[in-house]
Amino acid sequence: MYGYPGGAIMPVYDALYHYQKEINHVLTRHEQGATHAAQGFARATGKVGVAIATSGPGATNLITGLADAQIDSTPMVCITGQVAEHLLGSDAFQETDIIGISTPVTKWNYQITSAEEIPSVMAKAFYLARSGRPGPVLIDITKNAQMEKLDFSYKKCTSVRSYRAIPVMEPEAVTAAANLINAAKKPMFIFGQGVILGEAETLFKEVLEKTGIPAAWTILGVSAIPTNHPLNVGMVGMHGNYAPNKLTNECDVLIAVGMRFDDRVTGDLNRYAKQAKIIHFEIDPAEINKNVNADVAVLGDVKETLAALLPQVHKNTHEAWLAQFTDLAAIEYKEVIERDLHPTKEGMTMGEVISAINNETKGDAIIVSDVGQHQMITCRYANFTQSKSNITSGGLGTMGFALPAAIGAKMGRMDREVVAIIGDGGYQMTIQELGVILHTKAPVKIVVLNNGYLGMVRQWQQLFFDRRYASTEMTNPDFVAIAKGYQIAAKRVTERKDLRAAVAEMIASKSSYFLEVCVEKEDNVFPMIPTGASVSDIRLK
Amino acid sequence: MENQSYTISVYTENNIGLLNRISAIFQRRHINIESLNTSISEIDGVSRFTIVVNVATDQINKLIGQIEKQVEVIKAYFHTEDETIYQESCLFKIKSDLLLEGGEIQQKIIESNSRIVTVNKDFFVLEKSGNKKEIEALYSYLNQFGIMQFVRSGRIAITKNEMKISSLLKANY
Repeated sequence: MYGYPGGAIMPVYDALYHYQKEINHVLTRHEQGATHAAQGFARATGKVGVAIATSGPGATNLITGLADAQIDSTPMVCITGQVAEHLLGSDAFQETDIIGISTPVTKWNYQITSAEEIPSVMAKAFYLARSGRPGPVLIDITKNAQMEKLDFSYKKCTSVRSYRAIPVMEPEAVTAAANLINAAKKPMFIFGQGVILGEAETLFKEVLEKTGIPAAWTILGVSAIPTNHPLNVGMVGMHGNYAPNKLTNECDVLIAVGMRFDDRVTGDLNRYAKQAKIIHFEIDPAEINKNVNADVAVLGDVKETLAALLPQVHKNTHEAWLAQFTDLAAIEYKEVIERDLHPTKEGMTMGEVISAINNETKGDAIIVSDVGQHQMITCRYANFTQSKSNITSGGLGTMGFALPAAIGAKMGRMDREVVAIIGDGGYQMTIQELGVILHTKAPVKIVVLNNGYLGMVRQWQQLFFDRRYASTEMTNPDFVAIAKGYQIAAKRVTERKDLRAAVAEMIASKSSYFLEVCVEKEDNVFPMIPTGASVSDIRLK
Repeated sequence: MENQSYTISVYTENNIGLLNRISAIFQRRHINIESLNTSISEIDGVSRFTIVVNVATDQINKLIGQIEKQVEVIKAYFHTEDETIYQESCLFKIKSDLLLEGGEIQQKIIESNSRIVTVNKDFFVLEKSGNKKEIEALYSYLNQFGIMQFVRSGRIAITKNEMKISSLLKANY
């Protein structure tokens, strides 16, 4: 668990003191860092992440992480201290209405005012956070409840009467989906994080391989199937790949699996896959017909629904259709990817840094990215061989997410390499969490891609605001000196000739390592679907 | 798509904070709640919200989805005016002199099926239940004489079709 003590949570911390062997509490340097670390832990392990904070400002500092976990369906339980029950509503020191404030950004929240509620409410909190479509839960505990004694008995929570974790699968819907898939000439899958959260990676791969249907991914779906899988046709959305975006508007059946048709994925909804029949595999009934109307909605646990689908779909190869993807991919390679990964100009590209990292990790690392240009480049080019390997703030787009999330991911998966890739802007939003690395020696690898700008905003200013670079140029500190101040081995690379060796040194290191790469200042991320445009209007430059 | 009036019935657990959670769903989408009532329901320990909103047809389905998604919501339904039997209730506080000056108001009280709750030497209180139009008509009539205070309740509605809450509760638990 990750947290930060303070007045109203002190009795809990006092108890934690007795359980230091059983419960590993990591002191972050800010409560927001605690939430992102808990999220990183949850995303890397599939378990519930826990963050704990005091009342008032401690509690309000959790809000960004809660909102991030809510929109990205991350299982997390946040525990906050609260002033004693008799002081509630009196504007007591460090009192804030955290239940009111956190309501819209939590799956569930609850205020405990007596000790006897603690066992059952905590059991319910963890059950709700992890079951069904996962999400964040906040439990606020008044100080008097923390001080009271109780006869402790714990009963695991397995159901809540007003809550249906997983909708009942309708076999007719699965058959209707199978019929559409079998009749399709140009079918296409788009898979999201639901495949990972539902642990249906293997099953999904079997469905793909049997049907021979090309599969594209959302930013949170990546790593559910390996990057180099022949049916993996890349990312959809604003900075996704050319082929899957273009062909979204040409496919005849679009099969969405565990994704929610985010606006960054769909572009203009009035011109999104209008020619296609839509099949939507989904655990959350509220997602059906929310943004895109489904012709066939297959509700249920994706593991169950895909298992029911598998025997009903016919073996196929869709060679001609796949060739369309390959042809468009070749255009994208020539126009965009080649100059991103093998640049001939002097300045370094973000893409070649990711390529150097791929080269060293062989795609086995957990890659944690922040938000902005580097995030899009990372998700486009990072290689993945196993699931739960791409951790990024997708829905909320929280700058500052990556450093603490990488720390949480590493602590959850000490057996795996964890590389955080961060821009110079986002890095400075939670840079204080280097203190956790200093404190715990967590061997996290940090790469800052420094272009001296808030790059994505600058790109938009260049393209849509006549190059008026309002407040996007950064005056940056000496990042290497800062890392060294936290006793982290650090290096800065400014020239291409030093890049590969520096990345190799970083990956070979058994300890934490900070690498700053000074990249070209005004590079843009392409392809790009401008806001309000259709997916098929994707621009290569 | 044209907006129309929908009555939303929400069966829930009776927990602190749920009103906030449900109203936040409307607030976030910039939807004004026309009327909101909470009460016990026909099932022990289950509360019922009755909410009236003016929204488009595609929006009402999404709202119901978001409401039902809340952990402590058992089930939410929406109905059009035709599908419900609904009432609102209101109270008027009026100067007692007016009651005594001629029989006009007394006649109106009888005609409108309203009821005098209390009378003293300064004022009397009139209660009227009915649909929004009936209440509005009585309001404009009484307004010409002067209304000291007026209050109207949220809509309460019974649906013509069955809402199967008990069986749902059994299935979930």
